[in-house]
Amino acid sequence: MSELLQFLFSGLTVGAVYALVALGFTIIYNASDVVNFAQGEFVMLGGMLTVFAYAAGLPLILAAIVAIIVTAAVGVALNKLAIEPARGAPVVSLIIITIGASIFLRGVAQVLFGKQIHRFPSFSGDTPFRIGGATILPQSLWVIAGGLAVFYALYLFFTKTLTGKAVLATSNNRLAAQLVGINTNWVMTLSFALSAGIGALAGVLVTPITNTSYDVGIALALKGFAAAMLGGMGNPKGALVGGILLGIIEAMTAGYLSSQYKDAAAFVVILLVLFIMPQGLFGAKQTERV
Amino acid sequence: MTIRTLMTTAAALSALAAPAMADINIGASLAETGPAAFLGDPEAKTLRMEVDKINAAGGINGEQINLIIYDDGGDANKAKTFATRLVEDDEVVAVIGGTTTGPTMAMIPVFEDAEIPFISLAGAVEIIEPVNPWVFKTPHTDRMACEKIFADMKAQGFSKVGMISGSDGFGKSMQAQCKGVAEAAGVEIVADEVYGPQDADMTPQLTNIKGSGAEAILNSGMGQGPAVVTRNHTQLAIDAPLYQSHGVASKQFIELAGTEAAEGVRLPAAALLVADQLADDNPQKPVVQGYRDEYEAETGEDVSTFGGHAYDALYILKAAIEKAGSTEPAAIRDALEQTTGFVGTAGEVNYTPEDHLGLTLDAFEMLEIKDGEWTIVAE
Repeated sequence: MSELLQFLFSGLTVGAVYALVALGFTIIYNASDVVNFAQGEFVMLGGMLTVFAYAAGLPLILAAIVAIIVTAAVGVALNKLAIEPARGAPVVSLIIITIGASIFLRGVAQVLFGKQIHRFPSFSGDTPFRIGGATILPQSLWVIAGGLAVFYALYLFFTKTLTGKAVLATSNNRLAAQLVGINTNWVMTLSFALSAGIGALAGVLVTPITNTSYDVGIALALKGFAAAMLGGMGNPKGALVGGILLGIIEAMTAGYLSSQYKDAAAFVVILLVLFIMPQGLFGAKQTERV
Repeated sequence: MTIRTLMTTAAALSALAAPAMADINIGASLAETGPAAFLGDPEAKTLRMEVDKINAAGGINGEQINLIIYDDGGDANKAKTFATRLVEDDEVVAVIGGTTTGPTMAMIPVFEDAEIPFISLAGAVEIIEPVNPWVFKTPHTDRMACEKIFADMKAQGFSKVGMISGSDGFGKSMQAQCKGVAEAAGVEIVADEVYGPQDADMTPQLTNIKGSGAEAILNSGMGQGPAVVTRNHTQLAIDAPLYQSHGVASKQFIELAGTEAAEGVRLPAAALLVADQLADDNPQKPVVQGYRDEYEAETGEDVSTFGGHAYDALYILKAAIEKAGSTEPAAIRDALEQTTGFVGTAGEVNYTPEDHLGLTLDAFEMLEIKDGEWTIVAE
């Protein structure tokens, strides 16, 4: 019994990491239908900048805030310098631009920060909580709480605020949105800033668990993307549930079947779900007008 | 600029870059970037630093070394291309490199055909078994690490071992070697778990090992995985002691795992990490202290054993060229094979026609982490 609980805690820990990364995909996707493959690099930047600001003597909380603001600025720059000039290009081209941006950011990070692996201390120590014979680290709870907070904030943003609705309107029909007075360029800039900020926050929260290095973004983005697809791209609820589900499937496979097949099992489940529900678990059904 | 001017410029540039005549061309293909960058980066830095030093002191036999380093990113295909380029365009007389086993194995046929001596910096035992006349290596093999660890476990009275391995090249290779030598070493592998190199949590695997009755746990892996395993080992309060491999032998590992979690972890490693703790009559002491001080002053980074492998390779090669008194690849190869009593960062190297590794188990020190520092375990 304590084993099952331990596997569950492990799944929650890993799943919350995936969910946080997946949540970062939602805003840009909602604003422009673009899957931002540089999202993993935002997570990396959040972690790395915190590491270096913290090492430079800033208190951890301040270092984290600096990292989030700088990363958000990088997001804005990415939009202004690479996405906006390509306005009018098909979504696929924009996605390819984000892949290029991710390679660029990784290269810059490699030169700027070096190739070593880094970590900063957990927020509330490393003494695990013991529950029913199983253990979970305080940092895991931080990640889970962070995931829930971001989810709730996004939910409020998209349903209760005018700006959030403007983001959705821009994605639905850019021309119509402009006609009703929405500044779509501003919406795009905002969505990149927010996505980058959420990515950086994810980086800050998960680094004490996952460690960070210049190339950590690839693996995180892949799993986060898979989680977002599983839950339904663009839906914050989908990102949260998809991430946690993916983490738990991996942990249960590693625990009860074989750790060899843990990643394979997770991707088989994703394939099955997408086979039956192509929009993911919570994705909106899309109708294409012909 | 037209294509023609571009091409002319390129041709002019390449003419400028061509080495002056009487230089000794030594090639290297290392993983300066990519997943193995934390190995390849200190290797490349070490080679550049030491070659500058040798050249400033007058070179080898009065000739300057012209070092040509390519960055293969740990990719076997790229490494093979660079190997061909080193042989055909750069006309090197010897090559150092192959940061990891994959690129090394891909390059071997090229150098074998061209009859160029090649000193690999990768770990796996396949590189020198069976012996290829043109191929040497400097790092300890993973099989030696397994034997050293199992010997220490037996000495402590543990015979049931739980293994947890990374699914990357290093982890897999060592996992296979350890399973191969377990029986001869008198230990039984009671659990055999794996994890992905980027995984964030290994508690399910460790929970299963805990339930398997293992008396000691061996983690074969490098990079960040072992740090996570070490933290999870402490989190689950597992009584069975944790052994790491030589793949984590850098200060960074203790930082990543945290001083508290790393307490009591044992691993086999080269004397480089504990330079100051070596006995004063240990012939390795001045060598490793000298290299460590120089590297740390030059780069501002902590020294790792990986850069030490490159240091050893370069100085073994230097000694061989001096001894051969010639820069003919065949003469260098013959001199390399006669290397005896070379004291490097990895230990005392004695190459023979049957042994192109030249290290014994004594070259490993068994270390234990205490209060965030390496300490030598008394045998």
